[in-house]
Amino acid sequence: MKQVVRVAAGQGFWGDWLEAPRRQVEGGPVDYLMLDYLAEVTMSILQKQKERDPKMGYARDFLGAIESVLPAIVERGVRVIANAGGVNPVSCAQAVKELAAARGAAGKVKIGVVTGDDLLPRLDDLIARGHALANMDTGEPLTAVRDRVLSANAYIGSTPIVEALSRGAQVVVTGRSTDTALTMAPLRFEFGWAPDDWNKLAAGIVAGHIIECGAQCSGGNCLIGWRDVPDLANVGYPIVNAHPDGTFEISKHPGTGGRISVPTVTEQLVYEMGDPHAYITPDVVADFTTIQLESVGPDRVRVFGIAGGAPTDKLKVSIAYRAGFKAVGTLVYAWPDALEKAQAADRVLRERLDRLGLRFDKIMTEFVGVSATHGPLAGRPNADLPEVQLRFGVRGESKAAVERFTRELAPLVLNGPPSVTGFAGGRPKVEEIVAYWPALIDKTEVQTAVEVIA
Amino acid sequence: MKVRLVDIAHARSGDKGDTANVGVIALKREWYPILVRELSERRVADHFRGVITGSVKRYELPNLGALNFLLHGALDGGGTLSLKTDAQGKVFSTALLRMVIDVPDAEARSLGLASA
Repeated sequence: MKQVVRVAAGQGFWGDWLEAPRRQVEGGPVDYLMLDYLAEVTMSILQKQKERDPKMGYARDFLGAIESVLPAIVERGVRVIANAGGVNPVSCAQAVKELAAARGAAGKVKIGVVTGDDLLPRLDDLIARGHALANMDTGEPLTAVRDRVLSANAYIGSTPIVEALSRGAQVVVTGRSTDTALTMAPLRFEFGWAPDDWNKLAAGIVAGHIIECGAQCSGGNCLIGWRDVPDLANVGYPIVNAHPDGTFEISKHPGTGGRISVPTVTEQLVYEMGDPHAYITPDVVADFTTIQLESVGPDRVRVFGIAGGAPTDKLKVSIAYRAGFKAVGTLVYAWPDALEKAQAADRVLRERLDRLGLRFDKIMTEFVGVSATHGPLAGRPNADLPEVQLRFGVRGESKAAVERFTRELAPLVLNGPPSVTGFAGGRPKVEEIVAYWPALIDKTEVQTAVEVIA
Repeated sequence: MKVRLVDIAHARSGDKGDTANVGVIALKREWYPILVRELSERRVADHFRGVITGSVKRYELPNLGALNFLLHGALDGGGTLSLKTDAQGKVFSTALLRMVIDVPDAEARSLGLASA
C-alpha cells in the first residue's frame, strides 16, 4: 500500500482559474487531480442547457481542463475526478473520450461515469409514493412548486467513485456528487478504508472540505495578514498528502505563491460551516471540533485527530425551481452631496414605480460606498464622499413589471438629481430567478450506477 | 478597555440558503477565552439588529480557537433570490469584526491587547 497519496485541487467552482489544473499536474508530483464544478444553482443552469440541446448539460470548462492535463494523464498516470457531469455525465464522458481521441490518445484513457443522482424523471412517482421532499428551511412540501421545478439531484457520496477507480477509470465524471466525496474517494480506494471506519472517512471529508474551494485555503480570500501573502499572482492551489492512518498534510507546489498556514487553513475550515459537531455527508458525519492543526514546515500544515460517526439514512436533494424575475441597476452620483443626491434619486424612482402601479415582492436600495455590505453597522458616512453608487433592485412574479422597471433608471440621468454618471452599461438585464429548494430523501430511493468506457 | 474585535480576531463567512455563517478565529490562542466570554449569541444578535431578520446560533470550536455563528434571515432570501450586493454573505465576517468589546484593563494589559 502507498504510504502517501497526493490529491491536488484544480478548480473550486465553475469559473475558477483556468490555469490551475495544468499548474497542479505540472508543478510537481501528484496522484489525483480533483475538480469541483458544482454550486447550489449550477445544476439548474445546466438543466436549461440540456433542454435546449440533449447533448449539453455539463460543465464545458472541464474539456479545456482535460485538454490541458492530457499529457500528464497519459504519460504519468495522474487520475482525474470531477463532478463536471452536471445533469448529463454520460455526454460529458463521451465528450472527454472524443477529445482524447482527437489529441492522439484514443483508447488510452478509461473514463468512469457515475449516474443515478438525477431524480427529475422520477419526481412525480416519488411524490405519489409519499415523499414530500419538504423544503428543509421552510417545511413546505414540494407540491407547492412542483410545476416550476427545473432540476432535482441527490447529493451522492464516494462509493460509486471508489468503484469507478477500482475498475480502472483514469478520469471519473460524476453528476451531483458532494464536493468532499471527490477527495475522499481516492483515499478510500488507495488505502482500502472500510465503509464504516468512521474516523478515517471523516478525515477524508475534512481533507475534501479544506481543498474544495481551491486557493481559498492557500492564501486566496485570506483576511489574516492579507497584505503579506506572497505572490498571489502565482498562487499555488492546495494538495492533500494523505496517509493510511487518516492523517494528512496540506501543501502546495514549491515556487508557487500564496500561503498555507494554520490560520489560512482555519479560515477555510469555518467557511460555510453549520453545526461543527455534525458535518453531515452521505458517507459519514464528521466532527469538526476534533480537528487538530499543526504547522510542520513552510507552507505545510498537518491535520490529525479527526473523529466521525455513522451517517444518517437520508440523502440531501438539490432541487431548483423557477421563482419569478428580478433586475438590478446602478447609477453613480458625484460630489458634492453625493449620498444626498443618490437618496433623492431613490425617492424619485420609488414614487415613479408606485405611480405606474407596478407591484413587486421586494424593492431594495443600496448605497454602495456607504452601507451596501455593512448596513447600519457602517456608521455615519464621510460627509465629503467623492461618489456614491445607487444600486436599485426589484423582484416579483410579473416579468412585465420587472421589465418596465428597467426602463425607469436611465431617464433619471436627465430628469432626476444632478451629477449622475455610470450608466454606460445600459438598461439592467431582466433575469429569471432559479431558486434553490433543499430537501431530504431516503437513501434506499437512490441507486447509483457506474459505467467505464474507453 | 475598549478593544476592537478586528484587532484580536480574523474571520470568514459563507452562506446556506438565507443563513450566513461567520467563523471568528482568535489571532492568538490565549485570546480565544475573550471571544467565548464576550461574543454571546445575544451580543451578536444585538450587533446585527436591523441587518438580519432571524436568530443567532453559536457553536464553539476550542480546537481551532474559533466560534461559528449562524445568522438566520441574513441574505434577503439567499442565493439567486437575493437582491443584495452580498447575496452569499461573503463579507458578513467583516461586519462582525466591527464590534468593539470591553475587556478589564488588567486583563487587557496582561494579554497585550491594543486599545480601540
